Amino acid sequence: MFEIIKRRKIWYLISALIIIPGLISLFTQGLNLGIDFTGGNIVEIKFDQNISTAQVRKVVENEGLTSNYIQESSGNVFLIRTEVTTEEQNTKFLRALNDELGSYELLRNDRVGPTVGKELTQKAIVSLAIAAVLMIIYITWRFEFKQGVAAVVPLLHDVLVTVGILSITQLEVDSSLVAVILTIIGYSINATIVIFDRIRENLHMKKGMKLEELIDTSLWQTMARSINTTLTVLFVLVALYLFGGSTISTFVLALIIGVTSGLYSSIFIASSIWYDILDSRRKGKKAVKAA
Amino acid sequence: MRRGSVTKLVCVLTVVAVIAVLAFAPIFEEKVSWLPLYKDINLGLDLQGGVHVVLEAKDTEDIKVDQEKMAQLKATIDRRVNAFGVSEPIVQQEGDRRIVVELAGIDDPDAAVESIVKTAYLEFIGPDGEVILTGADLKDAVEVRDPQTNEVQVSLAFTEAGTEKFADATTKFVRQQIGIVLDGNMLQNPVVNQPILDGKAVITGYNSFEEAHEIAVLLRSGALPLKVEVMEKRTVGPTLGQDSLDKSVVAGIIGFTMVVAFMILYYRVPGIIANIALLVYTIIVLALYIALDVVLTLPGIAGFILSVGVAVDANVLIFERVKEELRNGKSLRTAIDSGFKRAYIAVVDANVTTLLAAGVLYYFGASMVKGFALTLSIGILVSMFTAITLTRSLLKLTAETGWVKNTKYYGA
Repeated sequence: MFEIIKRRKIWYLISALIIIPGLISLFTQGLNLGIDFTGGNIVEIKFDQNISTAQVRKVVENEGLTSNYIQESSGNVFLIRTEVTTEEQNTKFLRALNDELGSYELLRNDRVGPTVGKELTQKAIVSLAIAAVLMIIYITWRFEFKQGVAAVVPLLHDVLVTVGILSITQLEVDSSLVAVILTIIGYSINATIVIFDRIRENLHMKKGMKLEELIDTSLWQTMARSINTTLTVLFVLVALYLFGGSTISTFVLALIIGVTSGLYSSIFIASSIWYDILDSRRKGKKAVKAA
Repeated sequence: MRRGSVTKLVCVLTVVAVIAVLAFAPIFEEKVSWLPLYKDINLGLDLQGGVHVVLEAKDTEDIKVDQEKMAQLKATIDRRVNAFGVSEPIVQQEGDRRIVVELAGIDDPDAAVESIVKTAYLEFIGPDGEVILTGADLKDAVEVRDPQTNEVQVSLAFTEAGTEKFADATTKFVRQQIGIVLDGNMLQNPVVNQPILDGKAVITGYNSFEEAHEIAVLLRSGALPLKVEVMEKRTVGPTLGQDSLDKSVVAGIIGFTMVVAFMILYYRVPGIIANIALLVYTIIVLALYIALDVVLTLPGIAGFILSVGVAVDANVLIFERVKEELRNGKSLRTAIDSGFKRAYIAVVDANVTTLLAAGVLYYFGASMVKGFALTLSIGILVSMFTAITLTRSLLKLTAETGWVKNTKYYGA
């Protein structure tokens, strides 16, 4: 049996190698926030001939502008929201639309403010903090306090990994990032609890086994489940990423990163943390059932 | 024994097949009105589009538009739109004096727009024509039914300063009339019977509870600080773009097909059972979305995908346990029973933890977070239900029929 707990320093190191650059990137360049957060430019345009959203999107992307906010309206009217543009970019963009898609009438060309207030983000963070406390309380009741703490640490790990990578890659994030983070957390806590459930059961069944070995056994017993469940979710996500169109690609990519990180942290981080914060008495020869 | 279980199994499968065909038929054919999925699920602005409204603030003789007032205006409109229960609307300032509002999933957009632009300037005017207090002195406004008379009312609570002003006025004008005026229209002109010192007042005379609700919302959200006109109102497509959405639907179908294939290849007989359970799971979840008027948006879909993962997970946990029990030399039926019991403890603990988090997010979160939490919670509850009922009974029934003797097909 491949020993996981014994090598926990390696797992911590791998995580650190991803999280630390991510944190540095977050503090230096931050996230590339989309127009939901920053506001931008709105153009309303009425073409003289039939045009599809895909055609408009192509022109917007060729101009190097954000293209995940193109709405069609009746009568060949399009609403295009992009990031804030300079006078020059704007003129160039309007000319490109004319060159590629024919003549049009410009109905509006104006600046717009952000749609997502700070309130949403603040509320999300506050409710997450409350949720974390409640989760710890529940796990303390069903398992033990230290496992509660050890189950919440990986959640922070997964959020930092995901947000860090988004910051390093400077992919543009919109308000759906909030949903991504929530999904990752829900997923990761699930995986961790399944493993802790197995440890709890083995503490009853395999009295006398060394704790380190007992945790490893539990991890390997649940390994098929951990990998298979992640695979099924990844099937859907990878299909969405490959064939799902450009507007949701960052959203899906962030989910893929988070779900993968959740798999890693539930196996390699959660139990390791628990083992590290236990007092040495419990790590001794016999696995004593928690009082 | 055997014949009975064959009949049962055939019955269960037939029922599932019939429900599935009927539930999904409307997607391809004419809608059948008595089915749970006969009407489409409400989709949000990002997936379906909605109404795009441009409001412009106008200067009046006494009030000129400035950026501070524009910020107040946007905040007030934000509060109103959210109070109407529209899912994840867009409210943003455009240029110096315009506000863009986009709404999805409303039956009557015209009425909604109208109530958004109502100024809702409330005044209490004494018999001497002096303004006693205004909407700015309000702390809260709630629509209620009087328990005795069953009359619809809006009950008002004033701020501390408002309470003081109101107490002074009602003391001064006992047995005279105080007018309640909204946007310049006299709503009521009641006679003061006795001084009101507790800072509470009630407006009556509404035709319906809805009307009272709307007025209460407007009063709660505060008066618009500026005069506003609707400049433009047009129907717009999804913010994510129709082209991207069409692609995503195809991608989703490809992804789910892969999940189905994987389950059969890896878990054999139980895999087929899991897919049947997953099908029923999806139908129930979608039906609940419709019943509960869930407005589905991209974050909501993230919640749904996660919940599908949870549903698959419940099945995987059960099968892995059954496998283990088989390898420990137990008979198929005993293995199914004890494997299910053990797996279910883990399923419950994992799901209760996630539900706790989802509940908190729903309670404290803002609009988008709420939608996510709701779809996730529905999914988790239904997945626990289908695991107990369907997965378990199908596993037992197939075992009892004795068609599949070789435990290898159960993964042993």
